[in-house]
Amino acid sequence: MNVPDDLLYTDSHEWIKREGENVRVGITDHAQAELTDVVYVELPKLGASAEARAQIAVVESVKAASDIYAPVKGTVVEANKALDSNPALINTDPFGEGWIFVLKLENKDDLKQLKDAAAYRQAIG
Amino acid sequence: MSDSPSKTTSLYDEHVRLGAKLVPFGGWLMPVLYTGIVDEHHAVRNAVGMFDISHMGQFIVAGGPAGKWLDRMLTNNIAKLEPGSGQYTFLLNESGGIIDDLIAYRIGAAEYLLVVNASKIDEDFAWLERQRPAEVTMRNRSDQFSAVAIQGPRVLELFHALLGAEAQPPARNRVGDFRFEDHTITLARTGYTGEDGFEVFFPSEIAGGFWNRVLQAGAPLGIKPCGLGARDTLRLEMCFPLNGSDLSPESNPIEAGLGFFVDLTKGDFIGRDVLAETKATGAKKRLVAFKMNGKSPPPRAHYGVLMNGERIGETTSGSLAPSLNIGIGMAYVSAPDAKPGAAIEIEIRGQKFPATIEKKPLYKKP
Repeated sequence: MNVPDDLLYTDSHEWIKREGENVRVGITDHAQAELTDVVYVELPKLGASAEARAQIAVVESVKAASDIYAPVKGTVVEANKALDSNPALINTDPFGEGWIFVLKLENKDDLKQLKDAAAYRQAIG
Repeated sequence: MSDSPSKTTSLYDEHVRLGAKLVPFGGWLMPVLYTGIVDEHHAVRNAVGMFDISHMGQFIVAGGPAGKWLDRMLTNNIAKLEPGSGQYTFLLNESGGIIDDLIAYRIGAAEYLLVVNASKIDEDFAWLERQRPAEVTMRNRSDQFSAVAIQGPRVLELFHALLGAEAQPPARNRVGDFRFEDHTITLARTGYTGEDGFEVFFPSEIAGGFWNRVLQAGAPLGIKPCGLGARDTLRLEMCFPLNGSDLSPESNPIEAGLGFFVDLTKGDFIGRDVLAETKATGAKKRLVAFKMNGKSPPPRAHYGVLMNGERIGETTSGSLAPSLNIGIGMAYVSAPDAKPGAAIEIEIRGQKFPATIEKKPLYKKP
């Protein structure tokens, strides 16, 4: 499983990329492999605010719907509209074109709660 | 799911070796997929696929009055079954509610094979055993026998590759014994996918050998091992019901739109009075198929169904349909609203998405 070193991770299998005041969020290669065949993504609304670990989006595979959580407290400033027409980007490029949303980070200290690549690798075995 | 550990089938090692994703289902640890649900679905629609269905129960019922007795236990007409043929039928409780749906095969003059749902093996057996007359024997051979379903348009090529060019495949809904290596295997021309195919029953000790021989013989045809995920999308496109989802003791076969498999003229059977009354007075609810009108989250079980803003029922099954590329499902709705072509809405996480009640099946071979 691909676990890029330059990202942070949650226990619920989101990845987080720091971009200045913002964080870009998606689901990991491990998560997409478990879900398989993503067929629908319910994106968060722009301007919506979310607490850390609050449900913010839904990724649906053929078999099941999975909640996606805000990894940190913040406000949604971008959502990946490309997933509306091509939800399978989450399967084919989970760390790239399959990103789901960007949050404006409220509190930088929230990032300290997240796992680094080594810790996430250990968590998924 | 209960906390009791899931049982594994005789093909468990093959599933692990093939990298299957295993999930608990009806008390069993079963493959939900190997490579992907959509991929496996298309293999069955376009080539051929094989499913482990060893979790399903197999009862052998025999003895002079076996047929007469089964006709009192089951809804379809057993007396009409010729030796070597099978029929879809229901086991009902006293109030006409569905305990299980099953296939009954007449495998001898006075010998029957009942193939029942995995999660219902113990309940069905106990229910039947309580009412079994002394002249009829019944044996639960589920632990000694395994089964696979081999389904898809290239299945006959595979049949001959396995059993020889001269072997005669059983006709639709018929069943026959064949020699495979040094063993007898039973092939029934039936399935749960809408494609041509067989369900094959054999002693568990040859399960791994048979499975691998089929994969090997099917390789030039594009065979894929398929999991319960594709089994579900394939059956749902055909509107074949799944017990526990679309069928339950709270519904009867008339309400489920499966009255074709109920013979009210054959004499008494358990649940008959209620079905006769439902037929006479009209069902209050009906199991309908529906298709989403456009892009939406895939429908799933237990979503609300609305018509003109009023709730008229609830979904029992749903999925994205890989062969139709749109969301589909089944739902019980109030009978007066159960009309093909009617506009409905499916409520998904508080949002309403437009859909249309459709005739069954939703998928027809091009």
